[in-house]
Amino acid sequence: MRKIWRLISAAFLGLVLLTCLSACGAKSVAEQDVLTTDQRTNRITWGVKADTRLFGLENIRTGKLEGFEIDLAKALTKKILGPNGKCTFVPVTSGTRVPLLKNGNIDAIMATMTITPEREKQVDFTHSYFDAGQSLLVKKGSPIKNIQDLNKPGKVILGVSGSNSVKNVAKFAPRARVLQLSDYAQAMTALKSKQGDALTTDNGILYGMAAENPHYEVVGGNFTKEPYGIAVNKNQNRFRKKLNWALDQVEKDGTYNRLLLKWFGHVKGFNYQEMKR
Amino acid sequence: MINLISSQWQPLLLGLWNTILCSVIALIGSLIIGTFFALLEISQKRVIRVIGSVYVEVFRNIPLLVIAMGFFLIVPMYIAKINGFTAGTIGLTLYTSAFIAETVRAGINSVETGQLEGALANGMTYTQAMRYIILPQAFKVVIPPLGNQFINLVKNSSVLAFVAGFDLMYQGNLIANDTLQTMPTYFIVGVLYLIITLPLSYYMRHLEKKLA
Repeated sequence: MRKIWRLISAAFLGLVLLTCLSACGAKSVAEQDVLTTDQRTNRITWGVKADTRLFGLENIRTGKLEGFEIDLAKALTKKILGPNGKCTFVPVTSGTRVPLLKNGNIDAIMATMTITPEREKQVDFTHSYFDAGQSLLVKKGSPIKNIQDLNKPGKVILGVSGSNSVKNVAKFAPRARVLQLSDYAQAMTALKSKQGDALTTDNGILYGMAAENPHYEVVGGNFTKEPYGIAVNKNQNRFRKKLNWALDQVEKDGTYNRLLLKWFGHVKGFNYQEMKR
Repeated sequence: MINLISSQWQPLLLGLWNTILCSVIALIGSLIIGTFFALLEISQKRVIRVIGSVYVEVFRNIPLLVIAMGFFLIVPMYIAKINGFTAGTIGLTLYTSAFIAETVRAGINSVETGQLEGALANGMTYTQAMRYIILPQAFKVVIPPLGNQFINLVKNSSVLAFVAGFDLMYQGNLIANDTLQTMPTYFIVGVLYLIITLPLSYYMRHLEKKLA
């Protein structure tokens, strides 16, 4: 019996050591200078959304990702690496993006990520590249008109776990119950099957959902400001500065406004002129 | 890690409680439903046998996540309003009951046919023979595989995380997203699952020894 116990504890110790080692290994990848590596391989790996219409959505027919952030990432890559620069897109969710960045699987996150003080402790952000605001999506004809209508016991708000919007909504409607689902597609389905009274996230994403589901509408206006930034690992100042420079470039030469028009020009209820840079 | 526990013990405890509650309900429910369908499967009437097999094959061969999602998203649309916890627990109960039905059926088949014949010859009805002669012997045989199913059930209860059932895994996801301390959070969640499953597996072994 004692022999068995010794064996078990040895195996357990080995496992713990292995986990530690693999964690350390990943850390060193994230600590390498991303810009140097990317310039050598002529490739930037972006973490993007694959389930969010207008920002980053996988086209089921072609298998390619499409959206404002995808196009912006391509434009930034070209600015940084030159016209032949290539980019790889890795689909992330609100929950997986930071761990993937920390492990070095992706170089930068451009996935509808709001710049917040808590997140700035973990990652570094560039300037904001899009100014969103949090809003509500409800079924047409719903009695809910704004966030105050949801601040009652018994009301259920749907959101996506890991997103900033679920934290905000707890401040604005503390009496409501918040259900956090794993992605926007699932949250939308849950809203359709009446698991909640409203779906909350940033207005840009909600407009994309409303365009797809004509029986649903965005109500109540924006109750927060959500500036989106590109996130990179800590200690990647060279890469971050280069991204900021590239952002300035695409804003100056009109690429930014062109992309904004392409993706948001036709969206009903969305003030495209206000977002121009 | 200690910081994480001391600041997040409330959601963790709530998650642990919901996981235990869901597991206990699903364990009792699946044992009853599973035994019932095992009896259908060994019935002498063909129609009843077919009903039993159809049930078992359907719930055994669809992924648990699909079943739980079905209860979470489709049932509220057409039948009744149920929340994530209820949907997940029902899904888990039905899914596990299919495996338990197969396990119990194997146990019943392992009891010699002479036992049933002897019981019937002594004037017992079919139901009485099952209740007093066959099932007690069958359960004794299948305790080890049943223990496996129960441990699987506790772990499978993490499906509640995907239907917003506020279980341990759901709370773990939220804490990991909130604090961005992914590794330590899931480590704690793993240890909390062990706290449920280890005593369960020890108890099943004890039961096995006691009854053998």
